[in-house]
Amino acid sequence: MPLQEKFRSIFNRGNESPAPSRAQSSAPPGLPFLKAARKEVNLPRPSRGLEQFFFNIQGQVGLSILDLAGASQQNIDFLTSLGHKLYSANVIHSMEECFGLDPSGQTNPGRIEYFLRSNFDYPASTFDAVLMWDSMQFMGPALLNATVDKLAEIMRMKAYLLAFFTVNDKVQEVPSYSFRIQDNKTLLVTERGMRPTGHVFNNRSLEKLFGKFENVKFFLTKDNLREVIVRR
Amino acid sequence: MSSIPHRVPEADARHTATIGKAVKIVGQIYTKEDLNVDGDIEGTIESAESKVTIGATGRVQASVKAREVVIFGQVQGNVEATDKVDIRREAKLVGDITTARISIEDGALFKGSIDIRKPEPKTTSAAASTPTPAISTSTSSSSAPTPAAATATATPAGR
Repeated sequence: MPLQEKFRSIFNRGNESPAPSRAQSSAPPGLPFLKAARKEVNLPRPSRGLEQFFFNIQGQVGLSILDLAGASQQNIDFLTSLGHKLYSANVIHSMEECFGLDPSGQTNPGRIEYFLRSNFDYPASTFDAVLMWDSMQFMGPALLNATVDKLAEIMRMKAYLLAFFTVNDKVQEVPSYSFRIQDNKTLLVTERGMRPTGHVFNNRSLEKLFGKFENVKFFLTKDNLREVIVRR
Repeated sequence: MSSIPHRVPEADARHTATIGKAVKIVGQIYTKEDLNVDGDIEGTIESAESKVTIGATGRVQASVKAREVVIFGQVQGNVEATDKVDIRREAKLVGDITTARISIEDGALFKGSIDIRKPEPKTTSAAASTPTPAISTSTSSSSAPTPAAATATATPAGR
């Protein structure tokens, strides 16, 4: 079944067109939000960013890797089978708990501090690699800058970070995905519903965002995602 | 570092101990039988050869050490299992995991580190592993000298 047909079958319910509808009670009123896809559609997707990420750390064992998309069996199995120690947190879930669904609510310094302590409370230079996936896409500027500063602290020199950003700067909502590692160059991607974006990114703004890092490398993909590898 | 007190009774294979929903324990729990936790625990839970199950209503603020740990409820503390840690869909675990195997269902909330440590393979026959020279071991006062050492100095007399 073509990709468009698959998504159409998920979002078309009865006679309604696929217009935004209220989420369940957890969403604040006034925030149009498509319901999360009930069917899990795991689509294998080649990823040059992922391939580059594993190429950069190949031959090493015992690395400390931080996966911020929440623990998944596939990612745990894959990364631990390579001999690495995995640290896990669910940053998107934590953002919802701290700030709600709307990125415009991510400005309170106290809450930002609480968010950082909840998810990044590690000694300096702990991690050899960080998997942000698409979570930064949904952070507003204040939270994003604070998070990047904190990451610079807890990553070792020459450590790598992988993050995904949408290239579509004309929309206010984009799909949120879960990413499961199938092999060192393939991801299983499942859409989790639409979320408001926190920021509009282009290559220039990403280079500025990661100004404290040594190197930023971009990979453009067919599905409106910009894959970014950053070296500390 | 922990030591199991001498007075822990022998495990009864027919029974599984249960801490009920309305029970709260603050302290150290040692058990040699499987344990179901449906209540609140603060402290430590240690069950070296058994399985500990944190039920859906279980709330544990403790380190947990067992052969196998299954979590349906909430745990805040490190979890160490010689065999397996199993985190179910509705579970919430904040703490570090050390185990040989791990299973985590989609939807489970986990924050912490995962350290996979496979058990070292046991040798199948201790006697066959290192053929020690007979003479060098004959001065030992150990209770079980190898047959080779015994025949070297104790040849039967009068036959």
